[in-house]
Amino acid sequence: MFKLFEPNKIFSITSKAPKYVLFLFVIVLSVGLLEALILSPEDYKQSHSVRIMYVHVPAAWITLGIFSTITLLSIFGYIFKLKNFFLISKSLAPSGFVFNIIALVTGSIWGKPTWGTWWAWDARITSMLILALFYGMYLLAWRIYENKEHVFKITSIITILGIINVPIIKYSVDWWNTLHQPASINVFAESSIHTSMLFPLLIMTAAFALFSLLIFLMKYNTELIKIKNKGLDRL
Amino acid sequence: MMKEIIFMNGYGLYVWSSFLFTFLSFLSLYVVIKIQYVKEKNKFITKFGNLNSERAASARLQNINKEILSNSSNI
Repeated sequence: MFKLFEPNKIFSITSKAPKYVLFLFVIVLSVGLLEALILSPEDYKQSHSVRIMYVHVPAAWITLGIFSTITLLSIFGYIFKLKNFFLISKSLAPSGFVFNIIALVTGSIWGKPTWGTWWAWDARITSMLILALFYGMYLLAWRIYENKEHVFKITSIITILGIINVPIIKYSVDWWNTLHQPASINVFAESSIHTSMLFPLLIMTAAFALFSLLIFLMKYNTELIKIKNKGLDRL
Repeated sequence: MMKEIIFMNGYGLYVWSSFLFTFLSFLSLYVVIKIQYVKEKNKFITKFGNLNSERAASARLQNINKEILSNSSNI
């Protein structure tokens, strides 16, 4: 089954897909922005500042999703010696890191009108900052280490240590008294968010997911061409 | 209507700056990755052009090389 992921098999798809993903992203984002900035209602407590949620929450969800995926791929890659899994992980990391920074910065901007402060060392915010540090270490490891076996090992260790932080981020609002509100959306129970706000939130999440897919495809293609460049040197 | 969209009951600065930061980050990331892609592709094309006919024919046999050299791989 893993052979399906071999670069030779998937490059013909990954090289053509970005233009279609970009087109779809622009359409979904346009609908999302219309919903988020104009059509969705203001909150009875937070007024229009609630609209920051439409960029803050999807960014936070996607950065957590990407880090979890990177960890899984690194573990499988290390156990089954699948180099392509490391290549996929490496290509996912830049967008995961940028979404993490977006979640932190937009959260800070949202904090000012809501809590009266740009920053608080509360559990959710601090654990998100720690995740950004893990992303930073992961990306740095790929730049620092030349030896492939070494970099596979180091990046796997970083992701395994970093994944411990993911459930802490998720449950920090339940385990500790924080400024951050508890989750409004629950997959297994009834969500406390109204559909008029849930709908734009899901559209913006889809748009952000498409953007991360676009960046992943472009980065993955770049990495494959880099490998092929080395191959041409050896000819 | 227009005033409400821009000022948002005094929250406009916070909302618009959040969206602006998000999309500037998107644009920066896209441009950086695109530059890396174009650089690597141009390097590949230059190296391929410098190969002698025998080596070029052997390299052309690989699917990925064919894809990189074809126009369809443009983003």
